[in-house]
Amino acid sequence: MILRILDVAIAGLMLGGIYALIAVGLSLQYGVARVLNIAHGEFIMLGAFISWSLYTIFGINPLVSLAICGPLVFIIGFILYRTLFTSLRNSSASPTAFEGKSLLASFGLLFIIQNVAILIWGADIKGYSYLAFPVSFGGAKFAANRLVTLGFAIIIGLVFYLFLARTRLGKAIRAAAQDPSAAGLMGVNINQVLALCFGFGALMAGLGGTLISMSYQIQPTMGLEYTVIALIVIVLGGLGSIPGSFIGGFLLGLVGSIVTYIQPGLSLVAYYVIFMLLLVAKPTGILGK
Amino acid sequence: MGIVRVISKRSFVLELSLLILILLATSPLYAPPYTVILLTSIFMYVIITVSWTMFSGPTGYISLASAAFFGVGIYTSAILGKALPLPLVICMGGLVSFCLALLVGALTLRLRGIYFVMFTFGLVELLLHFILWWEVNITGTTGRVVPTVSNTTVYYLMLIIFVILMLTAYLIRHSKYGLALQSIGQEEDAAAHTGVNVTMVKVMTFAISAFFMGAAGAIMATRWTYIDPRIAFNPLISFLPVLMAIFGGMGQLCGPIIGAAIFTYLEEFLITRFPYYYMLIFGIIMVVAILYMPDGLVGLIQKMWKRYSERKHVDT
Repeated sequence: MILRILDVAIAGLMLGGIYALIAVGLSLQYGVARVLNIAHGEFIMLGAFISWSLYTIFGINPLVSLAICGPLVFIIGFILYRTLFTSLRNSSASPTAFEGKSLLASFGLLFIIQNVAILIWGADIKGYSYLAFPVSFGGAKFAANRLVTLGFAIIIGLVFYLFLARTRLGKAIRAAAQDPSAAGLMGVNINQVLALCFGFGALMAGLGGTLISMSYQIQPTMGLEYTVIALIVIVLGGLGSIPGSFIGGFLLGLVGSIVTYIQPGLSLVAYYVIFMLLLVAKPTGILGK
Repeated sequence: MGIVRVISKRSFVLELSLLILILLATSPLYAPPYTVILLTSIFMYVIITVSWTMFSGPTGYISLASAAFFGVGIYTSAILGKALPLPLVICMGGLVSFCLALLVGALTLRLRGIYFVMFTFGLVELLLHFILWWEVNITGTTGRVVPTVSNTTVYYLMLIIFVILMLTAYLIRHSKYGLALQSIGQEEDAAAHTGVNVTMVKVMTFAISAFFMGAAGAIMATRWTYIDPRIAFNPLISFLPVLMAIFGGMGQLCGPIIGAAIFTYLEEFLITRFPYYYMLIFGIIMVVAILYMPDGLVGLIQKMWKRYSERKHVDT
């Protein structure tokens, strides 16, 4: 019995690690850059497919591709914000108008990125095996790649938290999250900071994608499901709260693992029930203001 | 003089739409069968797009749940199709969607708009996964067969729904509810303070728009004959109306119709030849439309027309 509980709990944490990572990315994009990025999952998919290509064509270790995918996806995100979203921001009358327009634009991006990926990689399901041997952990057995995934998710999360809390740029990002125009008046280069945030959000998605590709099968249309999960997590954690998203990710992962243990196939439905209950009882989430 | 011009313009629009309607109603008599099928597809997207715009246009709340309501209509038709006569099935499809929209609206529409977007975005995936699970584990089936009717019947039913929808949309637009909806879109707090029952207006309009999507789904199911959850709850049905409405322009009633008609024709034309390029092109058009055509095609034409007639004024 205890073994079984441990089994489910650790599986949940592993799933939660990935959820936390992608949700922090989305939280950064929505909470600071004010873009509810419906194409978030597409950046995850890009990360996953770039890693897949690097591994199957060049034999590059997926852990090394973290260092390649991350910056690559970051640059895509940064450029997108500097061009597309900045011009939308300048042409919008109010922050709410920008939110609506940027949401719709990210929608267009979803179509574009997904179909470019299908043109490059084809529409089939892909996967590779890396570190797939079992590791015994307190009596329960797990694939090594999932443990590595969990470890990296936690490390990336912590590094990013320290970056936000301890560096000058992190401070500027937190200021921009609270009040973009006031931060601008205090000498923060606001366009630069918002673009960086969007880029960092994409970076998290890209890293999440690489980690996902190590243990799950991937396909160009996989993004939508991850976007839905990331949205639920950021509401669970409290809209705009980055630590909340991190904790919420692990919580949702645990829920997913428990539900999958009881009734496979219903995890997404369970997430949705939680989402509904949250909206009724506490729409601000666990760490929301 | 101004009044006379306005009146004559309005009666001109009325005459024109009556003429188009008569042409459409008689088209199965002289048009080739393929045209009728194409027109049915166009009507399907027009109905979804116009009903999407009815709620999301004035209020600015972006609903991504169209596929959910459409799919619910399809499933209602599949379940009740053998038991009830077709007009009743269509009404039921609409009603079930209506109720679902009431529930979703009541849950999310009293909160900030962004919760609504998030919730509706995932609703399609939720229903898809739930029904998949249900069919595999409870009923032990995948997919259902829907009783079919002739293409002409489907066409006329779609036409009837379209006419009712246009009348409803017109009435809502020109009533105090339409004004209330627009005030919600411009400044929700101010609308609430002037005595608009904000939540009620939003939820009801959302549910009415869902009714038409469900009814359209119930009709289309009879054309597809075989359905399964992945066909019924296709997320594209949520995304395309947004694209079509933005492209056509949401300021006028005819904007979404024009957008939907153009895109459905493009889809028919391109999808068999370049399926992926076609979606890619859609994405690019969407981004470009948001950046450079904030009022859509109709808005653009109006602007150009105005500039043209002003220039003519200057010349004389």
